[in-house]
Amino acid sequence: MDESPLLRFERARKSFGRNEVLRGVTLDVTRHTVVVCIGASGSGKSTLLRCANLLETVTDGQIFLNGEDISDPRRDADAVRRKIGIVFQSFNLFPHMTVLDNVTLSLRKVVGMPRGEAEERGMALLKRIGIEAKARVYPDRLSGGQQQRVAIVRAIASDPELLLLDEITSALDPQLVGEVLDLVLELKSTRATILMATHEMSFARSAADDVVFLHNGVIEESGPPDKIFGEPEKPATRAFLERFRV
Amino acid sequence: MFAAAVYFTLARSEGWARVRETFFSPRYFVEALPVVARGLLMNLRVLAVASLGVAALATLLALTRTTISPVLFPLRALATVYTDAFRGMPMIIVLYLIGFGIPGLRIFGRIDSTILGTIAVILVYSAYVAEVIRAGIEAVHPSQRAAARSLGLSHAQTMRVVVLPQAVRKVVPALMNDFVAMQKDVGLVSVLGAIDAVRSAQILVSKSYNFTPYVASGLLFILMSLPFIHLTDWYAARLKRREQAGGVV
Repeated sequence: MDESPLLRFERARKSFGRNEVLRGVTLDVTRHTVVVCIGASGSGKSTLLRCANLLETVTDGQIFLNGEDISDPRRDADAVRRKIGIVFQSFNLFPHMTVLDNVTLSLRKVVGMPRGEAEERGMALLKRIGIEAKARVYPDRLSGGQQQRVAIVRAIASDPELLLLDEITSALDPQLVGEVLDLVLELKSTRATILMATHEMSFARSAADDVVFLHNGVIEESGPPDKIFGEPEKPATRAFLERFRV
Repeated sequence: MFAAAVYFTLARSEGWARVRETFFSPRYFVEALPVVARGLLMNLRVLAVASLGVAALATLLALTRTTISPVLFPLRALATVYTDAFRGMPMIIVLYLIGFGIPGLRIFGRIDSTILGTIAVILVYSAYVAEVIRAGIEAVHPSQRAAARSLGLSHAQTMRVVVLPQAVRKVVPALMNDFVAMQKDVGLVSVLGAIDAVRSAQILVSKSYNFTPYVASGLLFILMSLPFIHLTDWYAARLKRREQAGGVV
């Protein structure tokens, strides 16, 4: 088994105009692990994820997927994105397509699977999240939690090697957060590789293999959850976590 | 009340008897109707072809104008100049330029004036419709594009499968309005000599010096547009109902 990290950021920097959001981030995501990014709003968590998926391009530094430099402008961005699934805070389901069409879109258009086969697979995924009865309705008929779970299975439909979750519970009512996080735990049990940004500290503590604390665009502290949450070393980490223990 | 007032003003005016005879003569109306109706068939043909042409060219223009790649800057500038020019120029000037200019080049031999008229209608209306579609494209939230691209879809696939269907839905009422406008502007192909409803009426008028055929052709144009106008109203009402029922996001 290949022991090199699946995803690697090397001194990644990203600026929007004069605002430098990432100031040299170096981070490894090992296969079959869940790495959780925590940090205040504006600390660069989302930008980090969007750079990994090439929705943004880094201004400096490199990103490697499977040892291949995906920050190289000459690489085929579509081919890279095929290997990476991402789920957004605002679900971003396609409102003009049925739930099933949303889930099967990448199989049909990117993998090139015939519709019948794609729908069989799509139905299996919907069954897994318990909403196969809603396959033929449009996303606006689903609850937020259901929409987000559809967005997750849409992202994993074509078996990406890496799954990015960008604050996927931040737009949900508190009572709907659980069903979405349960699905993430289920994915973890299938040995998926996940890099996620979240404000759910108790979930981060229980589900993460590694926790990364981002502060002002740099990794202030990282390590196993018990260390970060139990005995944080840096004052900034302690100050940030204080605010979550009311 | 208002209608009655208008009627009495008209009926009591000095020239009313003359006007009634030259514009609303039942005899000339009956005579003109079948001739003008035959002409209208030609308008319908032009309309059908022009609609398809406009749909294709306008979509192409809108897609070009909404690209962001620096490499495509020349194309984008060209599309901008095109929409500016054809929205600014009076339709009739375009008709003259195309209708008399292209045959004057003597490249293609004789071209039917109907075809030239259709081309002019397509060129002008594409500029308007392109702007409407562009507005629709820009109204689709960028996160939709991000979601599609991150599934691995190419730019072209994203536009075709995700962005355009949503964009068009957002601007359907405006598109339908442009279609109704085009429906009557196809009558302008008559200035090139195509024998359409307007031109057939003109021929009848020049024989009799009675203007009733114009009224007949106007009436037919209204009849032609009515179904679509009501379809537009119906669609707008349905959209409103859906929004009140819980949103059309």
